[in-house]
Amino acid sequence: MDFLTLIQVLDSTLRMATPLLLCCLAGLFSERAGIFDIGLEGKMLMAAFFSAAVAAVSGNVWLGMLAGIAASLILSGLHGVASITFRGNQLISGVAINFLASGLTVLIAQSWFQQGGRTPSLIGNGRFEDITLPFADALADVPLLGPIYSELISGHSFIVYLALACVPATWWILFRTRFGLRLRAVGENPAAVDTAGISVVRLRFAAVGICGVLCGIAGAYLATGLQAGFVKEMSSGRGYIALAALIFAKWRPWHALGACLLFGLLQAIALRFQSIEILGLTIPVQVMEALPYILTVVILAGFVGKAVPPKAGGEPYVKER
Amino acid sequence: MEKMPKWADVVLIPVISLLLAALISALVILAIGEDPIEALNLMITGALGSTYGWGYTLYYTTNFLFTGLAVAIAAHAGLFNIGGEGQAMLGGLGVALVCLHLPLPHWSIALIVAALGAGIFGAVWAAIPGYLQAKRGSHIVITTIMFNFIAFAVINYMLVEVLRPQGAMDPASAKFPEAVQLPTLHDLLAPLGIEFSKSAPANVTLFVALLSCVAVWGIIWRTPLGFEIRALGKSEAAARYAGISSVRIIMITMMISGALCGLMAINNVMGEAERLVLNATEGAGFIGIAVALMGRNHPFGVLLAAILFGFLYQGGAELALWTNIPTELIVVIQALVILFTGALDNMVRIPLERLFLALRKEPN
Repeated sequence: MDFLTLIQVLDSTLRMATPLLLCCLAGLFSERAGIFDIGLEGKMLMAAFFSAAVAAVSGNVWLGMLAGIAASLILSGLHGVASITFRGNQLISGVAINFLASGLTVLIAQSWFQQGGRTPSLIGNGRFEDITLPFADALADVPLLGPIYSELISGHSFIVYLALACVPATWWILFRTRFGLRLRAVGENPAAVDTAGISVVRLRFAAVGICGVLCGIAGAYLATGLQAGFVKEMSSGRGYIALAALIFAKWRPWHALGACLLFGLLQAIALRFQSIEILGLTIPVQVMEALPYILTVVILAGFVGKAVPPKAGGEPYVKER
Repeated sequence: MEKMPKWADVVLIPVISLLLAALISALVILAIGEDPIEALNLMITGALGSTYGWGYTLYYTTNFLFTGLAVAIAAHAGLFNIGGEGQAMLGGLGVALVCLHLPLPHWSIALIVAALGAGIFGAVWAAIPGYLQAKRGSHIVITTIMFNFIAFAVINYMLVEVLRPQGAMDPASAKFPEAVQLPTLHDLLAPLGIEFSKSAPANVTLFVALLSCVAVWGIIWRTPLGFEIRALGKSEAAARYAGISSVRIIMITMMISGALCGLMAINNVMGEAERLVLNATEGAGFIGIAVALMGRNHPFGVLLAAILFGFLYQGGAELALWTNIPTELIVVIQALVILFTGALDNMVRIPLERLFLALRKEPN
């Protein structure tokens, strides 16, 4: 593999990792607050459709992204009502949300655009343009560092940089602010938070809301950045890979970045090569596709360090009377 | 004292939840500019108006019976098995290997051997997450989700690299030999003088599914094992004090659950497609979740819910054929059923409990 190919694969890695990272951080907020969320996939898909649909009709990608975030927030609200207000099973609610998004997106797409469950292709301002960082062109000829800067680091859409910026932001919110402390506390011991006079319900809704916004951005990136329009089932399991990355990262923001880049790399390799040879051994493409899930199972099984989820995760909080 | 009479818990709440799901589905159909009443009529004639329709409805019902029972029995042990899809895929691989490589002289023998193959493959695929839950404390929901994706990769690899006949383009196995073709309901009912559509895929597996229904009922409520399963599901600590090994029960329950999902393959792979194709399960593993929730994890409830979803699937296919409503409508209905009977259960239950309490107080 020559240097240029490597740069291209890494460039593709960054693009593939972006929706994973946004979804993974979304899940991080929710699960740190004690709300399991296997509905990341559905929220991302719903956001992808609405951002593409509104961007296609209005010709404005920003309006599209807002619509995507709104759609994702509505599903988040539903998850919140089911799992916080009515103390239902969070896993079942997540499953329902995934199916709801999978069905509704195609149903509405067919009804609005009659193109077999897809939106028209986005052109011009309907997509996020790639941003060229300063001096990218000037530095392109510098050996080694030039291509890295101009090809790999520069030339992505706004959301890629936003997603990367979300990592330190998440770390700062969770570990350096009062809100973050309370949010983590509510995922470990909601009764203690309640005793301190802080509303468990409000905190958990806030976490679910942040989760919705981040999933919304992830969906908008899928349909307006990574691709030009919505196609049926376009999230194709990314929400679950993000969930896997979250466990892989043991619910920590910086590790989430690492996990998402690793899984993004696997996707980029699977996308570019049909099968690769390492030390004379041919690794079929299916192994690449399955590797994120296998790694997650290994981590979950505790063979390589133990992944311990937030203690109160998945359990509805019942206030004592 | 119970807050509500038992019939309200078992019948009234699922019926109200179902009506809510139906109401919202009707609104969705209205919103995309179609007539819900007309759609319902089309679905009824399409799914139940002919033996052809019935043949498809019962074919889908058979699939959902297996996956629904699988989710239900796991739920009795307090385990949420989302891995039905992957277990059913592996079951298909078991069926394909048996049918393609063993010289099976007659369909009755083939049915038994293939059922064994399907069951064992499904059980093994469920046993790994079961073991990880029981021994290593890995959350079974996450591991079974991951195993669905791994199963897809395994099947994809097997079809593309191993089972695909020379020269064939699409990732599918060779066609199974003639001798292992299962008799359809047409073949079975013709000797009794009953006309049944020749082209519908419902086959002898339906009776295997019904037998499984009875067997699961027997296991859960008539055997010591079932008692231990239910005890574990109600309280793990209490079960442990009673000397029940949670590791043993989790393993056995997950293997039964996986075997049931695997058995689905004799219906869709051996009975219908007669070869293994990619995505043969068509999401039936997930529908099992809706079916078990609606059926309140009771085999008889699962049977009723499986028939309802069989009707919805066949009716939905007919709708897509004759109107502008895509088959994804059924996915929406399925989501709403899961939402209302599963996640929003308390939304219906709490007001009803209040109502029953108020009614009870008045006579005094």
